[in-house]
Amino acid sequence: MNKQINSEVPAEVSSPARRDFLRMSAFTGGGLVLAYLGAGDSALAQISKPVASTGADFVPHALIRVGSDGTVTLVSKQPEIGQGIKTSLPMVIAEELEVNWKDVRIVQGDLNPAYGSQGAGGSTSTPTNYNEFRRLGATARTMLLSAAAQTWDVPASECHAAESAVHHAASNRKLTYAALAAKAASLPLPDAKGVKLKDPAQFKLLGTRIGGVDNPSIVSGKPLFGIDVKLPGMLYAVYEKCPVFGGKVVSANLDHIKTLPGVKDAFVIEGTDNLRGLMPGVAIIAETTWAAFSARKQLDIKWDEGKGANESWAGFADQAKKLSTQSGTTTLRKDGDVAAAMGKAAKTVEAAYTYAFISHASMEPQNCTAAYNAKDSSLEIWAPTQLPESGQNLVAEVLAMPKDKIKLHIIRSGGGFGRRLSSDFIVEAAAIAKRVNAPVKLTWSREDDMRHDHFRAGGFHFLRGAVDDKGKLSAWHNHFVSFGNKVTRDGKPQLQAGSGASLSGDEFPGRWLDNCLLEQTLMECNIPMGPWRAPGSNVFAWVFHSFIDELAHAAGRDPLQFRLDILGDKEIVPGTGERGQPYHVGRMKRVLQEAAAKADWGKKKFPRGQGQGIAFHFSHRGYIAEVAEVTVSKQGELKVDRVVVVTDIGSQIVNLSGAEHQVQGSVLDGISTLMYPELDIQRGRVVQGNFNEYSLLRIKDGYTKVEAHFLKTDFPVTGLGEPAFPPVAPAICNAIFAATGKRVRQLPLTHTDLSWS
Amino acid sequence: MSKHTLNINGQLQAVDVAPDTPLLWALRDSLNLVGTKYGCGVGQCGSCTVHVNGSAVRSCMVPVSALGKQKVTTIEGLDAKVTHPLQTAWQELDVPQCGYCQAGQIMSAAALLRDKPNPTDADIDAAMGGNLCRCAAYIRIRAGIHRAAELANGKKKVAK
Repeated sequence: MNKQINSEVPAEVSSPARRDFLRMSAFTGGGLVLAYLGAGDSALAQISKPVASTGADFVPHALIRVGSDGTVTLVSKQPEIGQGIKTSLPMVIAEELEVNWKDVRIVQGDLNPAYGSQGAGGSTSTPTNYNEFRRLGATARTMLLSAAAQTWDVPASECHAAESAVHHAASNRKLTYAALAAKAASLPLPDAKGVKLKDPAQFKLLGTRIGGVDNPSIVSGKPLFGIDVKLPGMLYAVYEKCPVFGGKVVSANLDHIKTLPGVKDAFVIEGTDNLRGLMPGVAIIAETTWAAFSARKQLDIKWDEGKGANESWAGFADQAKKLSTQSGTTTLRKDGDVAAAMGKAAKTVEAAYTYAFISHASMEPQNCTAAYNAKDSSLEIWAPTQLPESGQNLVAEVLAMPKDKIKLHIIRSGGGFGRRLSSDFIVEAAAIAKRVNAPVKLTWSREDDMRHDHFRAGGFHFLRGAVDDKGKLSAWHNHFVSFGNKVTRDGKPQLQAGSGASLSGDEFPGRWLDNCLLEQTLMECNIPMGPWRAPGSNVFAWVFHSFIDELAHAAGRDPLQFRLDILGDKEIVPGTGERGQPYHVGRMKRVLQEAAAKADWGKKKFPRGQGQGIAFHFSHRGYIAEVAEVTVSKQGELKVDRVVVVTDIGSQIVNLSGAEHQVQGSVLDGISTLMYPELDIQRGRVVQGNFNEYSLLRIKDGYTKVEAHFLKTDFPVTGLGEPAFPPVAPAICNAIFAATGKRVRQLPLTHTDLSWS
Repeated sequence: MSKHTLNINGQLQAVDVAPDTPLLWALRDSLNLVGTKYGCGVGQCGSCTVHVNGSAVRSCMVPVSALGKQKVTTIEGLDAKVTHPLQTAWQELDVPQCGYCQAGQIMSAAALLRDKPNPTDADIDAAMGGNLCRCAAYIRIRAGIHRAAELANGKKKVAK
């Protein structure tokens, strides 16, 4: 066997420069810290001063190092999952720092309290860090300016920073950041009042197109992802769990497995009751991944399948249908008198909308590498994770270890989509590593990944709506039937809604109507559920904007004008319930009208089989409207020709290439998720296991012309990993109706015959 | 376990693995060539695409015992200087999102461009249909292939 050590991934986190940098970032005590930002800013904005041992480098903060060799190293503290954060957030520091982007080197930060919050979820990385990152860069720039001014003995106000250097125009002098690093490192931190942010009109980097910083490694096949981690002496693990969620191991043919080629060990892990934690199973440890995969085929496990063994999608669908005739167990919203309004209505519409459970299916199956050191009872973890601290916490809890004994390296993820907000694969690797006298990489098979996901919950919406004689929406009733898991809280069993399986009473059009009744009933299931790109929103937008479209057509109204009427004239509608948040109607109306204008809404004439549809959705702080144009052949084949996307995500696009990429990807992911994926559940098991049974969009279906328009507004800068997704499916389905008269009420689209004559 | 001599990126490399070991895992675990990715194990996603004697092949489906002296090229061996037109175009157009499938996409596209230096969209659909991208970066993958064709044909001007 080739013994060469693949050191790229570990080396990046343990190179001498990196170690020094981390040691630096630990220096946040001892009076060297100055919280230089105003009240309300988080600890992240603290600046730690370098110590003498750093030599000539300027390290004003744990995330920034200006080297005396001319390099500028920025730590990307957020996990990179394909959303482009490793490129975009460092751009914010670099902009204010006035550094040439080509001089910037970006390293992925480990999980480290010195960095502040570290998570990639809810499209929050940009909004929670943007302003602070600007101030960090500006503070460092101010110190470099001071260093130059002192060197030249001129007022700092006569100097300006540009292209990794400070310039004194009056005397035509210039000092590079490299030359100023040592001096800057000796200066006290400036008063917050002395730190001036740039005028955004002067931005040179933000808003331009910058390629992903890992692109060179990606196109050349360098080790980069979690699954690429390799450590000296590392062994390879697989972990077989019960096909019925939470089922326990009764017995397994471990003695036979241990005799198989390349197998080093095999053992049962008892696990816990947490459906999203360490599930019971059998681990096989081998010399190679293939040896472990091969041995697994000979596993013979007797399972106690537990309470989930009789669950099926067909059974749940029957149960939901029965529940639809009853009141919901929870009332989410009750305004006015729906029954009376229905009685007075000019038109009423009744419809049931359904969507299946789906898997995340990130291209990189879940995996994690862990090494346990028995001497000091410590654990080191290399994880492609969206929520590293949550992984550390789960491992600490399940393995009864103190958190400070668990070091976690954040490794680039081959896709997130919410899957890696869960930490089940981390705790599995940790539990296995604790029993193996070597570092271990756990690799899930695709079938593990598809069948042991924390799924996007399926759901059933039983809707009734009314329009009055003026053609306005006058009543709305939804009984939402979805799924929950039984959990014990404060010693009492209760049913907890799955992620995306509960609805806020404030969700559009909840707050806007005089007569509105929103009810919910959860069906207990043993299926683990978790956040899936734009949780809740990814289906609610489809259901509600499809049904609004039905009502608009029932009223004989233009679907755009019908929606504008619902939104009304108030600029802001305040939140009402505990989950309510203010909704800026004005922002939504502007993106909606802009999308309509860009798409020539109402002006284009389409032949039968072609049409336009419109939808909008507010989620993840973003206001987004979309118009889709489709062609449906007589045989019922769908082509999504064009999707116009207009966003209001605040005052600045950080990386134009990345932002457009997220919109393009969201639209095509939206088309994919509308058209194909669906999981069936039989005897408590997920039926589909691989891409031959679980289809996703391929390139031949990716011809859609995606037009991304970003309205620049005065609002805070927010994220784009999710909010462009939700309006895609309803805009397309409304376009399908316009083209064919066929209403899509079930996801995926394979259930609906779109043929027409 | 048995010894197999493989011709990988122009070098003969010995691996000591079970004969049924897919080329994918010999590359990744034995030869430390981890650019070739595991995605499905059943030839459905294309993440593991390599060239065998110049043709795009799913390395998860080829046991090492079946390779003999055939020439295998992986993403690491596509171009020593990382200046293959596809590698250049991919960076120029910022094609990757998560990036996990991209080595496979590039290897499939490289085989396509070798056969058809000016591929049509239909050629791209046919050659790239086996490569999934969960981020659905297909718009830029298609644009990247067209751009690479331009670069290979001497058009060096930066694409819009």
